[in-house]
This record gives sequence, structure tokens and C-alpha cells, in this order.
Amino acid sequence: MSTGMTTLYRKRLFVNRFNLVMSLATMAFGMFFLLWILGVLFWQGFTALSPTLFTEMTPPPGSAGGLANAIFGSVVIVFVATFISTPIGILAGIYLAEFGKVGWIAKATRFINDILLSAPSIVIGLFVYTIYVAEVNHFSGWAGSFALALIAIPVVVRTTENMLHLVPNTLREAAVALGAPMWKVILMVTLKAVRGGVITGILLAIARMSGETAPLLFTALNNQFWSADMNAPMANLPVVIFQFALSPYEDWKTLAWAGALLITLAVLVINILARSVFRQASVR
Amino acid sequence: MNETLVSRPQVAPSALGPAPPKMAIANLDFYYGKFHALKNINLAIADRRVTAFIGPSGCGKSTLLRTLNRMYSLYPGQRATGEILFNGQNVLESGVDLNMLRAKVGMVFQKPTPFPMSIYDNIAFGVRLYESLGQRAMDERVEWALTKAAMWEEAKDKLKQSGMALSGGQQQRLCIARAVSVKPEVLLLDEPTSALDPISTAKIEELITELKSDYTIAIVTHNMQQAARVSDYTAYMYLGELIEFGETDQIFLKPKRKETEDYITGRFG
Repeated sequence: MSTGMTTLYRKRLFVNRFNLVMSLATMAFGMFFLLWILGVLFWQGFTALSPTLFTEMTPPPGSAGGLANAIFGSVVIVFVATFISTPIGILAGIYLAEFGKVGWIAKATRFINDILLSAPSIVIGLFVYTIYVAEVNHFSGWAGSFALALIAIPVVVRTTENMLHLVPNTLREAAVALGAPMWKVILMVTLKAVRGGVITGILLAIARMSGETAPLLFTALNNQFWSADMNAPMANLPVVIFQFALSPYEDWKTLAWAGALLITLAVLVINILARSVFRQASVR
Repeated sequence: MNETLVSRPQVAPSALGPAPPKMAIANLDFYYGKFHALKNINLAIADRRVTAFIGPSGCGKSTLLRTLNRMYSLYPGQRATGEILFNGQNVLESGVDLNMLRAKVGMVFQKPTPFPMSIYDNIAFGVRLYESLGQRAMDERVEWALTKAAMWEEAKDKLKQSGMALSGGQQQRLCIARAVSVKPEVLLLDEPTSALDPISTAKIEELITELKSDYTIAIVTHNMQQAARVSDYTAYMYLGELIEFGETDQIFLKPKRKETEDYITGRFG
């Protein structure tokens, strides 16, 4: 009897250890490449960092310069896109979560939103190119913001809807039971209960937008000079990185590394911000 | 055992004089989709008295309570037919202003449901819906409501704190204060103490007894001692039907129906 037990125990111990080793190995495999990418990025990026990045324009090949116009353009384009996508996304999310229990409209919207959520960003870039850029015959910052907004909207819709679904029905009923009209229940109680989650969704959408290259390539294009005109081609970090990294010029390549590091750090900061906002909101 | 249940220093409702009905339920049927959850209910909820609904789980007592303020209308597929007269109007009719109805027929739920805002705002939220009070008047109303709910002493120094940070029993009393603050005519209590400890329960039962001088109260409870302690009238329900309805003393001491007696003596349910 005792030998039978020991054999079984040994077998289980082996299976357990085997699985542990395998999962650790796969994790190490994944982390290895991630750390490699980050390592190269930080190594190349940090050596390229300098104060002139933020003060000088993107240079012609062979001369010194910075990324000021591209940083400014990226911030403006992403800001405008956030401004467009946040209200649309939140309102649509409210509709789906609070009023979308019956009927086919909500079901269809949810389905289409899911497709948009996973649509390749190059398709969205081409779409805005066809319906806007090709029609008005020039690239522009606006077109870039529209394309990025189309990427952000489904993210905001999805997180808002999911967050509102987390609100227990009892809380909704409690507000309704006081005689509150539905819009007040939603704005002042349910949405307020999940504001941390909704803000997190918006921040994640911003993080997603800041790294998108394909949609901007077809819409905002690029601009070698400082430009605050949203109706004209506008410099932005992803397209500058794309162009400079593929070029044969050493100083352009260095600037591309610096830009890539800046975007990564920005996304990192936004993600940390999102986590702390979410944690703060869930503690309250 | 029945003797101890009702040995309380309380006047029988008949001694308080006749109470006119506040809400009169007639031929009420209720459906969750195809499921027939309430079958031909007829009873009157007396003005400024406590009416208790008892019965095993799933008997329809909470469902009945939720028809009185049309809470079920939030959910497609739930419907009621029949008549519930309140201030001369059938509240089941289409075209009834549900927000006004719910402002007059308040409700407290089984689970405490504080809003994600300060204790003060939890109460001011409901008051602001239908009244525009100045700062002074609002402060007084908040104090009044919290006092009514035996909560003022505990809450007065932390009115600005979140209502979510209170203990379960305090949250429930905050919810009662919130329901009382809008001065409804009827108060529906859906198992208000089932999630509370005995001390909080006792406080809330005292509160119910005190509130009934101003409000009409309907309470659903799983706790028969509680029904016996706080109510003037008791309705026993089973499988969607109203089995017996009468004065609480009569229901607990001399039930007319065998089913009622079996349930309250614990032989069934």
C-alpha cells in the first residue's frame, strides 16, 4: 500500500514540477525578447537623447536638429482625436450598457464595434484617405486626428460598456427608487461609480493612439517645419520615426531612436497613470 | 412559542382606530416573461400602519413589493395586470409618471446601496430631485433624515466622507435616511435587515415602529419574529398566491388557514 501511495505521490510531484518548469521557461522565452527590444531601445535611445530634441525642428540629412515639430504635432493630433472620440465613445457605451437590453440596434452596434476594435489600423488610414484626404486633395492634421479617433472610439465604447455592466443593478434601482429620471441615474450614480474605469479606458486609448503609424501615414503625413495648422500636413513622431529609421543617414537614424524612446516612455507614463487612477477609484 | 413572539408592549391595530387603505391591490397578476409569479392578489395596505409580507423564498413577496413602485418596469419582459389604487389612480396604467410615483413610494433594498458620493450628498441627491432648498434648509433636511434613521450621532462629524466607507449596518441606515429624506407617503422595505447584525437590526426595527406615525410601511421579511414584532398586518404568501391576510396578532395566534399555521410554527418552509 505504502509503495503504491509513494509512486502516485512521486508521479504527481513530477508532473507538478514539470509543468512549473515548462511555464517558467515559456515566460522566460517571452520576457527575453521583450527585454531585448527594450534594452536595444533604451541603449540606442538614451545615447540619442539631448535637450535639442525638444527645441529644434527635424533637420535635412547631414545637419543637426531635433524633433520639436514632431512632438508638438503628435501631442496636438492625439489631443484632438481624444477630444473627438471620448464623448462619442462614452455616450455609445452608455447606450449599449443602459438601453441596449432589447432590440437589434444595440446588438448590431456591439458587433460592428467589436470588428472596429480589431480592424487593422492601415485600413482605417486608407478609409480616411479615401473619404477625406483624396476629396480635399491635401494631407492634414485634421485627417490624422479623425483616423486616430476612429481607432480610439471602439476602445472607449468597449471599456465604458464593460465598466457600466459592473455596476450592480441594485445601485441603479436604488437611484430609480428615489424618483430620479434615467439620465440623472446614469450621469450622477452609475457613471460616477465607475469613473475610474472609464478614465482608465480613455488613457489606454490615448496610449494606443500615440504609437499608431499607419493611419497617420495616409492622413497627417509629415512636415519638416513647425506647423500649428491642423488643415495642413503635420509632423508627428510615428511617421518621422518611420521615415528616419528607413533612411541611410546616421543622424536621422539616431533621431528615430530618440523618438521611439520618447513614445515608449510616454506610453509607459500613461499606463502607470491609468493604473493609479483605477486603483484610487476602486479604493474609494 | 407563539406567545413569546407577540409578547410586546404594543397596541393592537384595531385599538388604533380604523385605518383607511393607502394602496389597494385588486386582481393583481404578475408575469416574468411566461412565468406567472403573482396570482390574483387582493389586499389593502393600511395608511400609517406596517404591513408585513412573509412566506418561503420565491413565493412572490418581493415581486409584489416591486409592483407597488413599478420597479419591474425597468426590465423588459416583466408585466403586471390588475389594479393598484394609490391616491385614486391605478399605478399600473400606462402613462403614469413613474418618477413621481417613485418619489412618493420610496424603497429600501436588501443589500445596502450607498451612492458613490459623500454621506451628505447621498441624502441631498434625492431631495434635490424634487425640491430646491437653500444651503441652510438642505443642511437641516440632511440632519433631520439622518436623525430619523438613528444615524445622526454617528454621521454628523463625517458628512463629507464617502457613504461607501461606512459599515454595512450604517450603510443600510443611510439608505433608510435617504428614502425618508424625500418625505414619501409609502415606504417599501425589501428584507432591510437580512444583511445586518442583531444590534443594527434592532435599531432598524425601532426605527420602523417610529416611522409608522408618519409613513405607510410595507416590509418583506424572512424573519417571522421580525414580522410579529414590527407589523400591524401580516400577509402570508405561497407560490405566488396570497394565502392569508389579517391583523398580525390574529395571523400569529389564530391563523385561519392550515398552511399559514404550518409555516409560522415551522412545520413547513
